Amino acid sequence: MKSLGDMLLNTGPFSEIVLGNTALARAMIESGTEVIASYPGSPTPEIGAALMSVPKERRPYYFEFSTNEKVATEVACGASLNGRPSCVFFKSVGLNVAADSFVQLSLLELNGGLVAILGDDPGANSSQNEQDNRHIARLAYIPVLEPASPAEAYTFYLEAMKLSRKRKMPVILRMTTHVCHGKEKVSFAGWTPRPIGSVPAFDSSAGPSIPLTTRALDMKRRAIARLAEVAQETDGSPLHELREGNDPSKGVITAGLPFRSLVDVLEDAAEKPDILKLGVVHPLPKGLVADFLRSHASVKVLEELDDVLEREIKALAFDLGIRTVIVGKTDPEDWIGEYTPDKVAEVLAKTWPSLVPRKRAERAATLAPRPPQMCPGCGHRSAFHAIKQTLAKEDITVADIGCHTLGFLPPYKMGEVLLSMGHSTGTAAGLSLFNTTRKVVAFLGDSTFFHAGLPGIVNAVFNNHNLTLILMENGTTAMTGHQDHAGSGGNANGPADAIPVRAVLEGLGVKSIREADTYSQAKLTAMVKEAVAEEGFSVVIARHPCMLKYTREQQRTPGYVRKSVNIDQEKCDKLHVCVESFGCPSFQRDEEGRVVVSEELCIGDGSCIQTCPAKAIGVKKVQEGGGKA
Amino acid sequence: MSRFDIYMSGVGGQGIGLLSEAIIRAADYAGLAVCGVDTHGLAQRGGMVESFVRIGTLTTPLVRKGSAKLVLALERTEALRAVELFAAPGGTLLYYDTCWQPLSVRLGTEKETSAEDVAAACARLDVRVIPVRTELPDVRMQNVALLAVAAKEKLIPGVGVEHYEKALADLLPERALQGNLKVLKG
Ligand code: SF4
Ligand code: SF4
Repeated sequence: MKSLGDMLLNTGPFSEIVLGNTALARAMIESGTEVIASYPGSPTPEIGAALMSVPKERRPYYFEFSTNEKVATEVACGASLNGRPSCVFFKSVGLNVAADSFVQLSLLELNGGLVAILGDDPGANSSQNEQDNRHIARLAYIPVLEPASPAEAYTFYLEAMKLSRKRKMPVILRMTTHVCHGKEKVSFAGWTPRPIGSVPAFDSSAGPSIPLTTRALDMKRRAIARLAEVAQETDGSPLHELREGNDPSKGVITAGLPFRSLVDVLEDAAEKPDILKLGVVHPLPKGLVADFLRSHASVKVLEELDDVLEREIKALAFDLGIRTVIVGKTDPEDWIGEYTPDKVAEVLAKTWPSLVPRKRAERAATLAPRPPQMCPGCGHRSAFHAIKQTLAKEDITVADIGCHTLGFLPPYKMGEVLLSMGHSTGTAAGLSLFNTTRKVVAFLGDSTFFHAGLPGIVNAVFNNHNLTLILMENGTTAMTGHQDHAGSGGNANGPADAIPVRAVLEGLGVKSIREADTYSQAKLTAMVKEAVAEEGFSVVIARHPCMLKYTREQQRTPGYVRKSVNIDQEKCDKLHVCVESFGCPSFQRDEEGRVVVSEELCIGDGSCIQTCPAKAIGVKKVQEGGGKA
Repeated sequence: MSRFDIYMSGVGGQGIGLLSEAIIRAADYAGLAVCGVDTHGLAQRGGMVESFVRIGTLTTPLVRKGSAKLVLALERTEALRAVELFAAPGGTLLYYDTCWQPLSVRLGTEKETSAEDVAAACARLDVRVIPVRTELPDVRMQNVALLAVAAKEKLIPGVGVEHYEKALADLLPERALQGNLKVLKG
């Protein structure tokens, strides 16, 4: 097997098939990025996986998963103030958490440089919205580079760091889901290892670094002036690309992945428009765009998500008196979803109906999409099944972010409203006001507890709110690929003392705390019943390790024995509690209503046995096996 | 060479990532231009996962509906969905004939997709269908079982069994490699 860590440290020029995220990790190493911080979130966690694949003592950088995106930004900022090239990366909505500090970055002299990688998620594949993070660039006076492929992710990162170091200002590298996860062969340059310097170069006279009173305005002046310099410098940047077609009357201005979709779709077109692909999307390369506008009778602005470029390009045309017809978004659907080749063909057809011939038949699936679900044996399933037994139909359940969010799906339907990471206690507090008839129950995962859950809990204690919080503790950041968190006993650099959730709650003054393993379903049901009957704020810790992580670790252990349960068809009364209420996906139903257990899926943990009123489920057999990663 | 689009689908946990990366690497070893992209969902098992591989073009890894000359599916329900959405007329569907029932089937509101349903859709869309089901030492090798048939039937032009072998050697740790190579070479 090829070692990812060895590949990342390869000193000679080489090429390799890599993910966009992996290409970024290599770019960090080549550019001498010394401090990197993140909070895990799709589409970026594989950057962390790549950085952690290098054994700690060989890492030419310091990397950490911080407790949340704001802290990660601050760690990178502090390191940069000390002269260290730094990077912070996180998912689209992570920016909302980071924003309070993030918007200040451009006001500082970031001596070492700082690149922020934002993983936007058009199509909301694994996020609660598809927000367009280019908007932050205007708010915070930060340049944005936007690669379209893994190869560009690599070169654009190098350019972003160069720019950031030169101007001592933050630079955003905006990735999107399928650029992060695209795989292709990338040619990497050589790399010369350099020791990390030990001089902390922070110099308060290089500031001001305290944006108070009139200084804040001077710092803003400096940020705006720097951005204007970047605009000049990047107008003629080779990161932009002009591609000539064969119809000089039409032009398309685009960037990122939609560019690749466009090129693909235009292969079917007889008359191809010219294309201007922007590599730097903020500040707008005004000279380049103006020239492009002037040399075409009509120009389509093809951009995924919001109309950020469109507005700026139209404003530019107005200022310069350019009369070119500029068409951007034409209807609300143009704002929604990923710009795949199929989507781009649709969008183009609204402006130029005959440009791309419609030679394809419409295709539709007869089956409904299959949503994700909790894994076989997942402790959250046992928790939901148990908690459901004791809540009344009209009680209100508040979801949070994590694997347990999936409890909102049938058959559990637990968790009826969701805003963001850690919102649940606060939202539940609001739901409990002027409410004496419907109990309010909030869910929260353990990684999220540390990430953004604490202020809501402090508030519930401080303002004496009346609700029950169920802490779904699985010991890991499961949904994004099992990264450690403050309570799990390890960090990105090795073992670490776990911060026990219960001790934190006690320290915060929570008076009513109960805990149970979720596999002890009757006990958990009883505890939740007691907790919701109490007045005030109560917490139930519903604990069970993530069974996907656990099973994978078991499978790698020599002598691993595979187990599964089976159903005694003689005893089965076809009550279907296992398949319809408990709902482990291992239970499969045949046409006569018989339930059988899929051996491919079942992990044999036995948490379902207690749910069967007819006592028909038993441990079936063990199989030798295992050994594959 | 002319372009060859592949669409892959399955259910989270079936190992579609390995399948797709093995094909990308095999095509690269065969000297072909290739790119791909996975839709990494979340960690949990059980949701639909898909992956795109394109050979002979680097414009974009995303495959258009109705244009995949080869559709690979690791599960029967997903095979039906995949073929209806992505298979090109005259193309091939190769799928592992196992079923991970979707929730609606488990709740009893819908019928399980049958091999006949898949075959009927393929006939309607002019797609050749190859179901695979074999005895395997480990269910986690179903992905490589598909690769074995793809290699034997030469379903990906220009890519031979030796290329798949090299690809698997890149991707699997020694303890898993030998067993998987045995499955690959039948
Ligand atoms: S990854 Fe872990 S916590 Fe998440 S659904 Fe699977 S078993 Fe449950
Ligand atoms: S023993 Fe098998 S069927 Fe029962 S809950 Fe665990 S995985 Fe599901």
